[in-house]
Amino acid sequence: MINLIKTFINKVLRSLFKKKKNIKLGLYGPPNGGKTTLANRICKDWLGEDMGTVSNIAHETREIQIKEQINIKSKGKELTFNLVDTPGIATKIDFEDFVKAGLKEKQAKQRAKEATKGVIDSIKWLDEMDAVIIVLDATKDPFTQVNITIVGNLQARNIPVLIVANKSDLKKADVKKVQSSYPQYSVIGISAKYGNNIDKFYEGLFAIAG
Amino acid sequence: MVTLQFVPYHEIEDLGSARRVKKLIDIVKENKIVLLQGRLKKEEETDLISIAMEEFGDKFKGIELAVINPEDKDLSGIKRVRNNFFGFLLGDRQGLTIVGPASIVKEIKKDPNKIELLTKETKRTKKK
Repeated sequence: MINLIKTFINKVLRSLFKKKKNIKLGLYGPPNGGKTTLANRICKDWLGEDMGTVSNIAHETREIQIKEQINIKSKGKELTFNLVDTPGIATKIDFEDFVKAGLKEKQAKQRAKEATKGVIDSIKWLDEMDAVIIVLDATKDPFTQVNITIVGNLQARNIPVLIVANKSDLKKADVKKVQSSYPQYSVIGISAKYGNNIDKFYEGLFAIAG
Repeated sequence: MVTLQFVPYHEIEDLGSARRVKKLIDIVKENKIVLLQGRLKKEEETDLISIAMEEFGDKFKGIELAVINPEDKDLSGIKRVRNNFFGFLLGDRQGLTIVGPASIVKEIKKDPNKIELLTKETKRTKKK
């Protein structure tokens, strides 16, 4: 009963404040799913500039990045939001993985330390979001505990979610598997790197945040 | 040697969220794998990840987590209704939560019929 009341109050507050403030649109997901690549794609398409740096080494984004006042248009509709790119959420971080990827031990240890802070910040920011895009790597198992936990938390907070199955340009990508893992959500297969299916993605964005 | 510690749900039932999470993390920090009867609340799962990251250091690299939840199964019709009914009665007692230190547990794989807990190889010393 208490949960029902909480949900109702959350919904009312959310709908009241949505009209007054800028929508905060969060990019969430595990490390190396392509959150920053997608953030860069959105910013390039609508602002003509990049948002952050990308890397093949996991945990490249270790601080919350915000790009304000992004205005997008699709099929005669308009949407303005603040884009929040978050560090990847993981349950464990091992500096030795960064060493294997080519970093020196000191750099790797520093990166691991910063990455842990990034995970904590990402989780703290969950409550701030008005809508969230979960960015998953379509070449990897979508049904991991981290992904389930992120989805479950957003569901518990009544935050609208769009799931993106990224890296659809790669041979190993399996968008259908992502969709079947989360049948209750819209899943859109895209390649943030090459812009494949990006129009469908923007339509999906309007559906959750418009 | 790997040590598994079973935590019955009644041991955490009356604890607040912070104390539940702390109890589990404290066991994991002793290099034990926790088998918790039932599951944590969704927000507590993320708290568990946050606290694991706060505790990060040279000896503690985080956790491996798996929640086995009967609701995850693709049920239909009367089975779903029955499952929801028992879920309502039992609350978070249903299912199983496994939390282990990342230094010991490499990966937890789960499918509807089995759970595979892959541990990291440890260096063996020969007895003379």
